[in-house]
Amino acid sequence: MLETGTSRVKRGMAEMQKGGVIMDVMNAEQAKIAEAAGATAVMALERVPSDIRAAGGVARMADPTVLEEVMKVVSIPVMAKARIGHYVEARVLEALGADYIDESEVLTPADEVFHIDKREFTVPFVCGAKDLGEALRRIQEGASMMRTKGEPGTGNIVEAVRHMRLITGQIRKIKGLSKDELYAEAKNLGVNYELLLDVHETGKLPVVNFAAGGVATPSDAALMMHLGADGVFVGSGIFKSDNPEKFARAIVEATTHYTDYKLIAEVSKNLGGAMKGIEISKLAPHERMSDRGW
Amino acid sequence: MTQKIGVLALQGAVAEHIRSLQAAGAEAVAVKRVEDLEQLDGLVIPGGESTTIGKLMRKYGFIDALRKFHEAGKPLFGTCAGLIVLAKTIQGGEEPHLGLMDMTVVRNAFGRQRESFETELAIQSIDNPVRAVFIRAPLIGEVGSGVEVLSTHNGEIVAAREGTLLAASFHPELTDDYSLHAYFANMVQEAAQVKR
Repeated sequence: MLETGTSRVKRGMAEMQKGGVIMDVMNAEQAKIAEAAGATAVMALERVPSDIRAAGGVARMADPTVLEEVMKVVSIPVMAKARIGHYVEARVLEALGADYIDESEVLTPADEVFHIDKREFTVPFVCGAKDLGEALRRIQEGASMMRTKGEPGTGNIVEAVRHMRLITGQIRKIKGLSKDELYAEAKNLGVNYELLLDVHETGKLPVVNFAAGGVATPSDAALMMHLGADGVFVGSGIFKSDNPEKFARAIVEATTHYTDYKLIAEVSKNLGGAMKGIEISKLAPHERMSDRGW
Repeated sequence: MTQKIGVLALQGAVAEHIRSLQAAGAEAVAVKRVEDLEQLDGLVIPGGESTTIGKLMRKYGFIDALRKFHEAGKPLFGTCAGLIVLAKTIQGGEEPHLGLMDMTVVRNAFGRQRESFETELAIQSIDNPVRAVFIRAPLIGEVGSGVEVLSTHNGEIVAAREGTLLAASFHPELTDDYSLHAYFANMVQEAAQVKR
């Protein structure tokens, strides 16, 4: 009678995050700041993406004590990242009690062919995507929430915008196709026909879709909401800014009231410096996290 | 005349409630500012994160505005986070938000997300069992004498009503069963008739 880990329970959890901001945190103190600022969830990490870029080498799941420490101090959901394809890291995070797992390109992929079979888990997963095909392939594998990949740790919104525009544009195109054209399109996109039919009929992804990868200011967050995001992930943007508390609060408000430009102007005053950004063209191909996964 | 019901749209599952209210025959709109409350006959406070919703409610003046809305006899319906927002007492000493409904709620009472579940529930005044989705859900620990218990799960209270206040710890908006929304729409209609 009582069923855990159903698709409704896993997807529903993401529905409850809508209109919210999910913030990367590295310790209990940052988690408390994020919660006090109005974050709807936190992502517990050892290093934020910009530090991962700076450090180089292999980036893995965080030390379990980081997750435990964060879970102890906040009442909002706590998410954590596992490497693409690393289902043992994911099982470990599930066992620790993470509320959501991000199978994330921010970490170094553990498998270049197979993503995690996310349907097998009770805990829900969020995954990144650059286009509609990628999003639907992840959903097919059991992802209960999507996010744009953007380009993590750059503080540069351009890639998140590119991915969100592409996905929403592709959805509009799918909506306009006739049913018989959908079969060929399913083949083109490398996705299941039924899933594509659902997009055709509803005009949206079957799960919540957040923006991620480059959000650094309140206006960035609001821009992504305008482009159709259900909410935003902010990675390095909060705790790599000059004033994390102010940035966190301002981004939360701008996300809620993304069409209220006076309010966004108000919350953007005297924030101090945003995180230092990276121009995307300065990244070597192997430094582009968004190209990880398929 | 169709009643107009708002859904507080600061954060959370707003669109789902609007769809369910419409399916139950009510007119439904998203509400982001206190000025929008004037034109409404009732309001749903949706599921989401109660800490986030509570903070934004304070910031934008919704606490006083909704207490007045309640005093004017207009019904409020809180689901999950919305139930926490309505409660007079939150176990653990957290400051209550609206503090209107005479009950003590226990946040995240079932544990973490992996313990979230769905099940069938019997609800007072609703004929058929309702599919109920519990997501990191709160429980109603204790209720005052004026509160009518509408449903229990394993002996714990998961839905209740006190006059024009309705609360559920689960998410009726995540299923295609609109009976609880119809129940609330009916409360709104009755309240509007009393006022006239």
